[in-house]
Amino acid sequence: MKTQIRLSGTGGQGIIKIAVILADAALYDGFNAVQSQAYGPESRGGASKGEVVISDTEIFYPKVELPDIVLCLSQEACDKYAYDIRSGGILLIDSQHCSVDMEKLQGVNIYASPIISTAKTVIGNPLCVNTVALGTLVSLTNTVSKDAVLMAMEDNFKTKILPLNIQAYEEGRKLCMKLLQENKRRAKAMERLKRRPSK
Amino acid sequence: MTKAKKPKLLQGNIACAMGAIKAGATFFGGYPITPSTEIAEYMAAQLPKAGGRFMQMEDEIASIGAIIGASCVGHKSFTATSGPGFSLMQELIGYACNAEIPIVIANVMRSGPSTGLPTLPAAQDVMQARWGTHGDHSIIAISPYSVKETYIQTIKAFNLAEKYRTPVIILMDEKIGHLREGFDVSDDEIPEIIQRKRTLDKENYIPYENTPSMVPEFIPLGCGARYHITGLTHNEKGFYTQKSDEVEKFLFRIYDKIEKNKEDICEYEMFEMDDAEVVIVSYGSVARSAKEAVSKLRASNVKAGLIRLITLWPFNDTLIYEKCHGKKLVLMPEMNLGQLSLEVERAIKDTPFYSLHGAKADLIDPKVMADKVISLLKERGEV
Repeated sequence: MKTQIRLSGTGGQGIIKIAVILADAALYDGFNAVQSQAYGPESRGGASKGEVVISDTEIFYPKVELPDIVLCLSQEACDKYAYDIRSGGILLIDSQHCSVDMEKLQGVNIYASPIISTAKTVIGNPLCVNTVALGTLVSLTNTVSKDAVLMAMEDNFKTKILPLNIQAYEEGRKLCMKLLQENKRRAKAMERLKRRPSK
Repeated sequence: MTKAKKPKLLQGNIACAMGAIKAGATFFGGYPITPSTEIAEYMAAQLPKAGGRFMQMEDEIASIGAIIGASCVGHKSFTATSGPGFSLMQELIGYACNAEIPIVIANVMRSGPSTGLPTLPAAQDVMQARWGTHGDHSIIAISPYSVKETYIQTIKAFNLAEKYRTPVIILMDEKIGHLREGFDVSDDEIPEIIQRKRTLDKENYIPYENTPSMVPEFIPLGCGARYHITGLTHNEKGFYTQKSDEVEKFLFRIYDKIEKNKEDICEYEMFEMDDAEVVIVSYGSVARSAKEAVSKLRASNVKAGLIRLITLWPFNDTLIYEKCHGKKLVLMPEMNLGQLSLEVERAIKDTPFYSLHGAKADLIDPKVMADKVISLLKERGEV
């Protein structure tokens, strides 16, 4: 089993950081993991991409060939990195900063959530965008276990900023719960519509 | 929460720096440059703790000058750079070849020429590693393909530098330098650490003696033996000579000590080669694509195999000839416009050969390799 994950956004959002945490968490879960990246020469701004391949066998080609899971936190990232996702894959985007062409994403499970504004308003720190997104993504996809992610976060954040990031991660999980509840409600509504006798 | 034991998630550049410290490096002189910066950062933080010295130099010419000086007094010395810095180091690489001073240079290759694409990978310095400095000489260059191999091969690079008293270049690329993967090395995988052969006989010391091993013994500068180190062509005592027999002997010795020891120096990996009819020859990060391509080709019933060169220079032409001659097809993918391909093509003589170039500043897609092999076989009527 091979899972190919692509995380993308703007340089400075901490995309590569959460790619590292995800790969580290996969190692804690006993998988093989490879993390690679592509970024421009600028330290902030520009599209940034982190890729993680998780597998129970040896990984040769370290890059994502056909993504199963894609995260986009900026419009530029959406335009560049969202559309080659496999059918049946999961796409998570920021609901206020990204829009996608649904026509071109037939068969893809698309989730839109206010990740960036949650970091700003609920956590009060826009730097936590990445860990909020990580929380939403991990609970949405279950690629790695929650325990593994927490251990990986402990390894990759300084003690001073770890609690804040764990809080952000939890907020991200809550966003996922909301998404799933909404989906359930929508599915039920659809069901009711179907059951209603046609006139 | 108790943490499970697991392989450490480690970056290629850090593995290189850790390997250097493990090999006994005690001096780093360098000027940080993307994509090799993490090596300098790690050395700055960790080398002093291991009892060594880190020195940030004003540029790359000074960096290589500093490590040559440190090596002359007996340090195992090291620097890390990328394309533009590697260009600046060329003249003194020749000095180290000529004066037989062991140094290790990690060149994490990025796309060029000039400033090029600092954050993107390439393998465009392969020929520069071989022929960048002027004059006839031989050189050792190693190209690892994984994080773990970067660690092991960095240790071996120091060993080879010490054993043959020569510069050794670790040719990584941005993909391997910045790749993170699980790193787990057991003690018995770590090579034995080799030190320069030294002598204590200060009275009768001949610094560049023509011994059967072709590698002279060493007394560090400042330890009582007075001798001359120079970039001029020199006799056994280290002094300038233009006597034709001495000149010839000297040049052949510094060349042959490497070229005639290929069996000891050159390393490679065979992958699915037992019954292979089509051979991919590859090295560095592109070899990872090549392995994937071999698996894809096997799945479509093409008997493909891979020769992965770990040592690029000296070039192992005997191996390439023996393993490739008479095959249906040899494909060489490279992240450049064809550099080591020229050597492979020369070595395999009249075997059908195709050089697949990658100039997109990215790894070559395994599917592109596999498709190319199939279309070439079709063209030749082999499938």
